[in-house]
Amino acid sequence: MTYGPARALPGDQIRITTNPDTEPFWQAAKEGRLTACQCGECGHFRMPPTAICPECGSRAKNWPTLPGTATIFSFAICNKNPKNGEDYVYVPVVVDLDGAPGTRLNANVSGCDAEDVHIGMKVSVDWTPIQDGWVLPNFKA
Amino acid sequence: MAWVNQDKCAIVGVGATDYYVRGKSWPRTINDMAAEAIMNACADAGISHKQIDGFSYYSTAGAGYLDKFDTASLMETLGMPHISWSATLTSGGGGCPGAIGLATAGLMNEDCTYTVTLMALQQLPQHRLGVVFGAAAPNPENSFLQPSGLVGPGHLMSVLARRHMHLYGTTQDAFGEVVMATRANTHNRPKAVRKEPLTKEQYDASVMLADPLRRLDFCLETDGAVAVITTTMDRAKDCRHKPAVVHAAAHGGQREWGRAFAWMGMPDPHFASSGHKFTADRVWAQSGLTAKDMDVALIYDHFSPMVLMQLEDYGFCEKGEGNDYVLSGKLRYDPATGKGVNGGVPVNTHGGNLNEAYIIGMTHIVEGVEQVRGTAINQVKDAEFALVSGGPASLPVSSLILRKD
Repeated sequence: MTYGPARALPGDQIRITTNPDTEPFWQAAKEGRLTACQCGECGHFRMPPTAICPECGSRAKNWPTLPGTATIFSFAICNKNPKNGEDYVYVPVVVDLDGAPGTRLNANVSGCDAEDVHIGMKVSVDWTPIQDGWVLPNFKA
Repeated sequence: MAWVNQDKCAIVGVGATDYYVRGKSWPRTINDMAAEAIMNACADAGISHKQIDGFSYYSTAGAGYLDKFDTASLMETLGMPHISWSATLTSGGGGCPGAIGLATAGLMNEDCTYTVTLMALQQLPQHRLGVVFGAAAPNPENSFLQPSGLVGPGHLMSVLARRHMHLYGTTQDAFGEVVMATRANTHNRPKAVRKEPLTKEQYDASVMLADPLRRLDFCLETDGAVAVITTTMDRAKDCRHKPAVVHAAAHGGQREWGRAFAWMGMPDPHFASSGHKFTADRVWAQSGLTAKDMDVALIYDHFSPMVLMQLEDYGFCEKGEGNDYVLSGKLRYDPATGKGVNGGVPVNTHGGNLNEAYIIGMTHIVEGVEQVRGTAINQVKDAEFALVSGGPASLPVSSLILRKD
């Protein structure tokens, strides 16, 4: 099928909330820095961030700056804006984050036609301003 | 090792309301539909609804995840004199057959004598399951999912299906065959929502909702209620029908399937799976049986690729071979012989969530009961064992083996 250009969903329609376990990820995003939650004890990465390391049980956390690149692990192609039902081609992707083994993010990809997105494709972070002054990591082909 | 409660309890009554297209049940209320289903199930069992003294729910006692059941309200509605067991299997629709295991726990503990397992579902515009994730208020966990626009269960399953296609060469044709094979079982079912024969051309023309999944790969959105009554084998002997014996029942899951449904962190090969492997292994270990021993399989089919992936997880075929298994026609029920096709085990002889109605898995339990009673509309010849599954969904998922008495 031919879909045409993939576009990230409009940032002004997107809201997030945070808690003390997840907020450092979003604060880093505001600074244009892609991070992931790393155990301060054993070094295991986990995302979304949680209170305790599932490997060793430590509460210590690091938030290292990642390269900002990723690999598409899987994706769907959607053609309606979920907020209002209007025609809108977007590609939800699940990406493996470089520099944080075993972690993934769900995002949108842009910078290519939707039908050209494929598993294994290399992408780089692309920041989308959203509501309340937060910034969302999306990805660019 | 054989399950300690094997063959000690049975489902003795099944009851349902009509099935309505989403939202069309109004002005009936949830309690009205729930009560009708319970009373019909009791009539089927040959007991009074006032004899019910236990509730074994799933889906955190939800009715479409937004309304909530309440044991006290149902007692008041039905005039039940007392209850001595009211328990819920956590998480969502994946727990439906597991709730029968929960009923068995209450019965074998002598807490109660007759339990009801129930789902009543009403999807008014503000209560649609199809957009449940997108409609939810942002919270710290879903803030890592919602912004991607994966707004409904079908969106999430499309991503899993894509990975399965990538790893194993699985085709959309196989998803279509799941839909067509089970649609072929509804033309003779008066209450089924989708009864017209479905051609490959019609399937291929179905609107793409979340590529690679089409509208027809998504289950129906329906309203209605289904209830089943479980009791001990000694009491079951006095009921109206032959008991559908609870031979094995398992619920749970493994960490690799993770939070599923709101996560996407599963490693391969679990990502491209139904998350049922752990529960499947348990139910086979409990029963000493394998997939090949089943006469009929009632497989939770909210999205067609997840039927294919469950066939792999339960061992009807090897991992990665679901595409060829499905395309060889092995899901199909042959009315002429009352058996499967090409050596397969017939799947969803009632049409399933995709074609008959979606009451969050309860119709699969009803069909399993009717098959081992020998009273199903599309009766499998000499059916002795029926597998019923619930999920994939957030853990726990569950499964049940019913046996002919």
